[in-house]
Amino acid sequence: MNDGEPLLEVTDLVKHFPVKRGVLIDRQVDQVRAVDGIGFSIPRGQTLGLVGESGSGKSTVCRVTLQLLRPTSGSVRFEGSEIAGLSRRRLRPLRRQMQMIFQDPYASLNPRKRVGQIVGSPLKLQGVASGGELRRQVQELLDRVGLSPDDYARYPHEFSGGQRQRIGIARAIALKPKLIVADEPVSALDVSIQAQIINLLDDLQDELGLTYLFVAHDIGVVRHISDRIAVMHDGKIVEQGTADQVCERPSDDYTKKLLAAVPIPDPRESRERRAATLGSA
Amino acid sequence: MSAEPLLAVRDLRVGFATEGGPLQAVDGVSFDLAAGEVLAIVGESGAGKSVAAQTIMGLSRSRNARIEGSVKLHGDELIDADDAVLRRLRGEQVAMIFQDPMTSFNPVYRVGAQIVEAIRAHRADVSKSEARARAVALLDSVGIPEAARRVDDYPHEFSGGMRQRAMIAMALALEPEVLIADEPTTALDVTIQAQILRLLGSLNRERGLATILITHDLGVVAEVADRVLVMYAGKVVEQGTLDEIFYDPQHPYTWGLLGSLTRLDRPRPKRLPQISGAPPSLLDLPQGCSFRPRCPHEFSKCPRTPPLEARLADAPDHRDRCWLTPEQKREKRQVGGQIGLEAPSA
Repeated sequence: MNDGEPLLEVTDLVKHFPVKRGVLIDRQVDQVRAVDGIGFSIPRGQTLGLVGESGSGKSTVCRVTLQLLRPTSGSVRFEGSEIAGLSRRRLRPLRRQMQMIFQDPYASLNPRKRVGQIVGSPLKLQGVASGGELRRQVQELLDRVGLSPDDYARYPHEFSGGQRQRIGIARAIALKPKLIVADEPVSALDVSIQAQIINLLDDLQDELGLTYLFVAHDIGVVRHISDRIAVMHDGKIVEQGTADQVCERPSDDYTKKLLAAVPIPDPRESRERRAATLGSA
Repeated sequence: MSAEPLLAVRDLRVGFATEGGPLQAVDGVSFDLAAGEVLAIVGESGAGKSVAAQTIMGLSRSRNARIEGSVKLHGDELIDADDAVLRRLRGEQVAMIFQDPMTSFNPVYRVGAQIVEAIRAHRADVSKSEARARAVALLDSVGIPEAARRVDDYPHEFSGGMRQRAMIAMALALEPEVLIADEPTTALDVTIQAQILRLLGSLNRERGLATILITHDLGVVAEVADRVLVMYAGKVVEQGTLDEIFYDPQHPYTWGLLGSLTRLDRPRPKRLPQISGAPPSLLDLPQGCSFRPRCPHEFSKCPRTPPLEARLADAPDHRDRCWLTPEQKREKRQVGGQIGLEAPSA
């Protein structure tokens, strides 16, 4: 393993979903090209932001990258070795290294389990810790994400959306993974809570040397957290570059359109922009 | 502005009896709305913005609700109006659109049929074919392509943006004077959001439609609003014109909201300024100012509830609920050369 090698390298990744019709006997009549030949790489400790609108294929990229979905073709290399097409058995040890944070903190936590069980389950399943040691590690994790160790015995419904997202983050970092794929981790949260979670993800990256694939539709959030940004549209990456490059000097027409549509929270600027569009129209 | 505003809301209060005890979801909201004007109500979930708006249409009436204050439309009191009066008023004078257009349409009826039904429920003299022609014209006016054909589509055959347009078309069917839009673009992609905001803007300018826009997105507010009401834990903490709220904000919560935005028009900060903590439970409010536990500028006066009042000599309609003096506010809201609540911790 050398330092120059990216942690994650995705090449020519394709995921097509069949469209089937028919009674009793299905036949494939078409396919949806959800991900249509994309490539990117993320150096260790860095963040790649993936932006795009709904249906652009962002979430499919997350799932195919983590091998939660099998790619139709293409390569996903993690620390230099190919993981696309590996059997479940061979993927299992790798799962510790790659974790996911989900969008909806209400749907991604089992309501019947206590926080301690939720955060502790990856440690238990991978045989890392048990008994008193498990409890100690879970409480340490809760503390690290800004929750109280006393929250161990509480249920998810007792927490607000932001706190639930912290629980999801604690679960994701429990096994000390190298890569975290975060699919719209703040879009369900209130504005004042979004900033807290983004800052927490920033801190954890520094402390634990995490590498992020950060997926969101909000280009402002993506720009804040990312080193590099890739813009997705119709299953393809239309542009990628450093965060400031893509946001300040976009070269692709779709990227420009996306940026122009983001409302500016400044009445004077937004009046000027409106006057300019009316003038040119 | 004429002597009598289109809509006048005074000290609106909505309380609910819940299993956990009584709570005050809306605690004193007052504003005037004129034709063609856009009032934005901003706040986080649980701030009371949706309940306030629903109460205007009589939608929050229930056995466990206690509604006080006054809502006057053209001078007529609505707070204690009969259900029959409200039923006539809904759609004809005040219409509402929601965040999720998928749940606002009935999935088993065609889009056009639902608009026709809305028209004929209020206008018995309009024939089915006339109502249908009107539905097509409405869909066309909100920018649905091939409206004459799409009128017979089911809601699921429309994209998210088209559904929101169709919902606006349905809301406009009876030519209401006031439109209440509850997070109308939150579920939409930004490019679609921009189209819907343009559509709403042209309705305000061209038809004089007055709009109450409920949103958490200050970017959207900056694009369309004339005046802004900031709510926190059921109370209005600040209200004023768009420029007053953005360029001379008086309440620390407003500073926090403005400061924590990720802005594409500015260089990105190393760390995002945040508001620590979480909004309080309405069942267990702190004594005095509700924002006190999250406010870095708390001082000895804060355990007493500050009244909502004008505190600036030259801006009688700019009101806020914070005990700090205007001079202190001007100084304390400056964080790294910009408006914010506090410098981000390292």
